[in-house]
Amino acid sequence: MPQIDPIAIRQGDRLALSRALTMIENNAPESRALQSALFPFTGHAHLIGVTGAPGAGKSTLVNQLAMGLRQGKEGQPAPKVAIIAVDPTSPFTGGALLGDRIRMGGLAGDKGIFIRSMASRGVLGGLASHTAAFVTILDSAGFDLIIIETIGAGQAEVGIASLAHTVVVVEAPGMGDDIQAIKAGILEIADIIVVNKADRLGAENTIRALRVMLEMAQGKSGAFDIKGKHGLDALLPTIKEKQKPQPGWIPPIHTTIATEGQGIAPLIEDILRHGEHLAHTGEWQQKEAARLRRDIQALIRNTLLDQWWQKQDENQFEEILADVLQRKYSPLEAVERLL
Amino acid sequence: MTEKRIRVLIAKPGLDGHDRGAKVIARALMDAGMEVIYTGLRQTPEMIAEAALQEDVDVVGLSILSGAHNALVPAIIEKLHSSGLTNIKVFVGGIIPEPDIAGLLDLGVKAVYGPGTDTQTIIADIQHAMQRSSR
Repeated sequence: MPQIDPIAIRQGDRLALSRALTMIENNAPESRALQSALFPFTGHAHLIGVTGAPGAGKSTLVNQLAMGLRQGKEGQPAPKVAIIAVDPTSPFTGGALLGDRIRMGGLAGDKGIFIRSMASRGVLGGLASHTAAFVTILDSAGFDLIIIETIGAGQAEVGIASLAHTVVVVEAPGMGDDIQAIKAGILEIADIIVVNKADRLGAENTIRALRVMLEMAQGKSGAFDIKGKHGLDALLPTIKEKQKPQPGWIPPIHTTIATEGQGIAPLIEDILRHGEHLAHTGEWQQKEAARLRRDIQALIRNTLLDQWWQKQDENQFEEILADVLQRKYSPLEAVERLL
Repeated sequence: MTEKRIRVLIAKPGLDGHDRGAKVIARALMDAGMEVIYTGLRQTPEMIAEAALQEDVDVVGLSILSGAHNALVPAIIEKLHSSGLTNIKVFVGGIIPEPDIAGLLDLGVKAVYGPGTDTQTIIADIQHAMQRSSR
């Protein structure tokens, strides 16, 4: 595989960028030096995770978010937006069907946008093993905002929380009863909650259930915010009256109809506001530190494992496995023998 | 260790709205262990070249039922080349009249598939084309 010049990536060479991502995804040895060369130029991008159940409308929402974010603020250059869209790899064939681009047609032709589909390649948690490395490359390439769309996630796919600065959890009406809302998991990682498809029957119930869950999480009632319209105006006054200024971040609930672009502008406002909140409170730095700590720990784990496998006699491993199969000793004892 | 997977873009250029065939192929290639990016209907040559670049695919499969292949295929290949994607393998499927096939192959298309083609044939052709090229 040919070498890729890190300078080309920083200067906005999209082909070099794309090839670099492939190199990383394929675990090519050359990709390590490239990542190291680019790492000093990272730390600038606002990482926005978008997660939620399959069919909640994540891709359509991401399409709208990216279009809206590209507008930027008045008097400032339009921010560059990258999208990493992760879809599952088949556990049986290793293949994947990556269909998130279907909903992102609105972004075609805009050179300030770069979309990359990514197969999970067997990793659980809603991301792929190289998603963090993708972020490094895109960050160094000068993308101001990087949207990471996870696999359709439900309860345990919370890997995005340790990668993104701002996690947007997308729900849709009719996806489960209120018990789903109070279960542990994905809602706990939300910085912003979106009820998409808000024109659907049952949207009010979904919002109510989410509100109760959030109240319990806050340990008080009414301490949050609902934005958007679509027949929910009746709910708004009472909530807004109860809302008081809080030192911490209270996840706001937004309602959107992504297919029509409704509710997107206030959502974008809150995403950017959350980024400012993190920078203001020092949480941005804390999150970075926690993420890098986990990255380094994971690298140590993988490196040690690789080193061990290289030294390991495969026959010995197979012999011990056969013994374990015959219940001569346990997997725990097997490990003691192997290490 | 390198863990290369074949990445394929399945695209429907032009205005016809029938993508059953494209979806069947996409699914078959996935089942063969490939990573398939499907872009949906009504893609312009620019959109297809842009998606191929961003996704760094090895193969582009075009499904064309509208009869506009003699206009669309050269435009797409030209856009791919001007984006620096000179090594991409292009396959075409759909309703392509026999006399037009030679012309498409001359443009660099690897193969043209009509209705009823066995998906196994297409899979084998892609795998063969990938083995021959060393990227």
